[in-house]
Amino acid sequence: MTWFLRNWDQVAIALWQHIVISVTSLAIAFAISLVVGIWAARHDRVMHWALGVSGVLYTIPTLAFLALLIPLVGLGRSNAIICMVAFSLMILVRNVAVGIREVPPEVVDAARGMGMSSGEILRRIELPLALPVIVAGLRIATVTVISVAVVAAYVNAGGLGTLIFSGISSDHAPKIWAGALTACALAIIADWALAQLERGVRRRAE
Amino acid sequence: MIEITGLTKRFPGASHPAIDHLTLSVPEGEVCVLIGPSGCGKTTTMRIVNRMIEPDSGTVTVNGSDVMAVDPATLRRHIGYVIQQIGLFPHWTIAENVATVPKLLGWDAGRIAARVDELLALVGMDPATYRDRFPRELSGGQKQRVGVARALAADPPVMLMDEPFGAIDPITRARLQDEFLRILHGLRKTIVFVTHDIDEAIRMGDRIAIMKDGALVQYDTPEAILSAPANAFVEAFVGADRALKRLALIPVGDAADASRALPAGTPSITASASLRDALSQMLAQGVDALAIDGGAPGAVTLAGIRARTRTTPSDEEARSL
Amino acid sequence: MTLFVEAWQFIVAHPERFLSALWTHIALSASALAIAVAIAVPAGVALASSRRAAQFAIAAANVGRTVPSLAVLALVMPILGTGFAPSLFALTLLALPPILINTYTAIRQVEPDVVDAARGMGMTRREIVRKVELPLAAPVIFAGIRIAAVQVISGAVLAAYIGGGGLGDFITAGIAMMALPQLIVGAVPATLLALGADRLFGALQRALTPAGLRT
Repeated sequence: MTWFLRNWDQVAIALWQHIVISVTSLAIAFAISLVVGIWAARHDRVMHWALGVSGVLYTIPTLAFLALLIPLVGLGRSNAIICMVAFSLMILVRNVAVGIREVPPEVVDAARGMGMSSGEILRRIELPLALPVIVAGLRIATVTVISVAVVAAYVNAGGLGTLIFSGISSDHAPKIWAGALTACALAIIADWALAQLERGVRRRAE
Repeated sequence: MIEITGLTKRFPGASHPAIDHLTLSVPEGEVCVLIGPSGCGKTTTMRIVNRMIEPDSGTVTVNGSDVMAVDPATLRRHIGYVIQQIGLFPHWTIAENVATVPKLLGWDAGRIAARVDELLALVGMDPATYRDRFPRELSGGQKQRVGVARALAADPPVMLMDEPFGAIDPITRARLQDEFLRILHGLRKTIVFVTHDIDEAIRMGDRIAIMKDGALVQYDTPEAILSAPANAFVEAFVGADRALKRLALIPVGDAADASRALPAGTPSITASASLRDALSQMLAQGVDALAIDGGAPGAVTLAGIRARTRTTPSDEEARSL
Repeated sequence: MTLFVEAWQFIVAHPERFLSALWTHIALSASALAIAVAIAVPAGVALASSRRAAQFAIAAANVGRTVPSLAVLALVMPILGTGFAPSLFALTLLALPPILINTYTAIRQVEPDVVDAARGMGMTRREIVRKVELPLAAPVIFAGIRIAAVQVISGAVLAAYIGGGGLGDFITAGIAMMALPQLIVGAVPATLLALGADRLFGALQRALTPAGLRT
């Protein structure tokens, strides 16, 4: 505990790095997933293929994935970000596509009948109504990404994992506690915050 | 067969009891219909008989044994149980569903298989076709037939039925009611039947127990309830057309007037029809007599129907005071 | 790619090392999964009938599902030390939440009318669980086991950090010495294990879906 208080700046830096790579990855993954997800919502084959590929990616063990990327991109943040994006794709693409598909067809039909263009329908009807499901996916993706980022410290991506690895190799328990517990806290808080967002969005869509 | 004495049940948090000192006796071999508005306690009463709910006070005995003194699972294996949503086991075939209680009782496989086929035939479903199907492949009416077959499988002396035909469409429901009466005809079973539909009660019941707010209001044969409702509540409950409902219970043969001679060309009605059907036909065709086709000779007349349905003047006067 | 050839040569040159790591990895994963199933499935069944106990347990499981795997492994170390047993403990903890949550949810989703009919017909509580609730809940329970299996195999790779052995050893050695073939020796078999387990449990899930429920 005292170590934590004396070295809180170390923890803060690690935490900041952790948040930066997490948010960056989520933003990239979300952008990709919106495009692919909307496409998959309209075409069954795209859905099948996209879910298949991202499902396989999701199943690869974290450290193995990072390791496999080393021959391709070396060590560092880009390695971590590629891995984190790949892992989040499955849940985000699936939830965007499913969220849009679950919009009641009669609502879309009414919109089209009133003269809305496809773009307007997507922007003003489908995406807003799909939002609860999309946010639910975002919640799971966020937790996943935070978890991967902990491991990514080992490939020099920074983040709270640096404290953990340093603590393990020097057998310094307070560092391990600091890194691990902060990572847990970050994950729990992010999950809670997104759960609140999900609830708020769900209430509005119903 | 079933003796309910002083039964009381209050659910936690409720302002008044669900069942309030109910006393009721169902003789062996009879169909007793429990009916009343929502919340009157009819389903609760039925579910106490097989101990799905336990009473606060009072006793229920089935064939002399207190239901609270027997192990619940054993008690229920000897009582047939049919519920509105049917509750077929979706992961079992129709045959396996019907065989549930015999298997629990340890019957041997050969006896079970024979009994399953016998019951499926009894409820009007060809065993060879339906034995190996799954519930999701069946329509609502078919599912409930299987539900009835399942309840009869171990040949229980008592059956409890909670709005069994409630989830079925009205046309199929009427057919199922007739079929069930036909099935019952050959068997000697004591049945407690819960419904909220007065027409179903009149059709199915040997005796009807009208309940309100957990208490028994009137317990009598359908004919008696229709001709002499105990109070204004019962009168309103059975409906303003109770005279017509009574007519539906009487076949034309019972009111035939053998002495009446009819002109040639008088329309006729089958002997199995009810007086209500006869009245309806007379009104539609603008006649006041019909010949009876088959069965007893003679005619059914409008005057004859009137005579059957008139309540005594003293009853009417008493009510209008 | 030459990298894969080199990786293969490495395995051929050090067969006992590779097979020992592979075996440890499988042993860790399989044991953790088995123990987790043995605890979480009965617990999930029991919790499904008790609202109050369930609220706490399920909330804890949800937290368990949220926390990073490596954090769990790392937190075990100061308390239990390094090696096979502490790794097994940590991996079992990781496997519990998905199985518990799926079992609990699946049992609660069994149609209440079906359970009412079973009870009314005279099945005892144990018979209802065995003959009705578990078979109907099986597909979702197995989906949870499948998720847990992949998570455990992935976690076992990380167990290298706390002395658990397994294929992660090659990865950490490969990064430390910048020996790329060793990375492949660790990463590819681990990936294949994970994909294989996912396939296997997916097939099991389909096989265990009662015929009456297949659409």
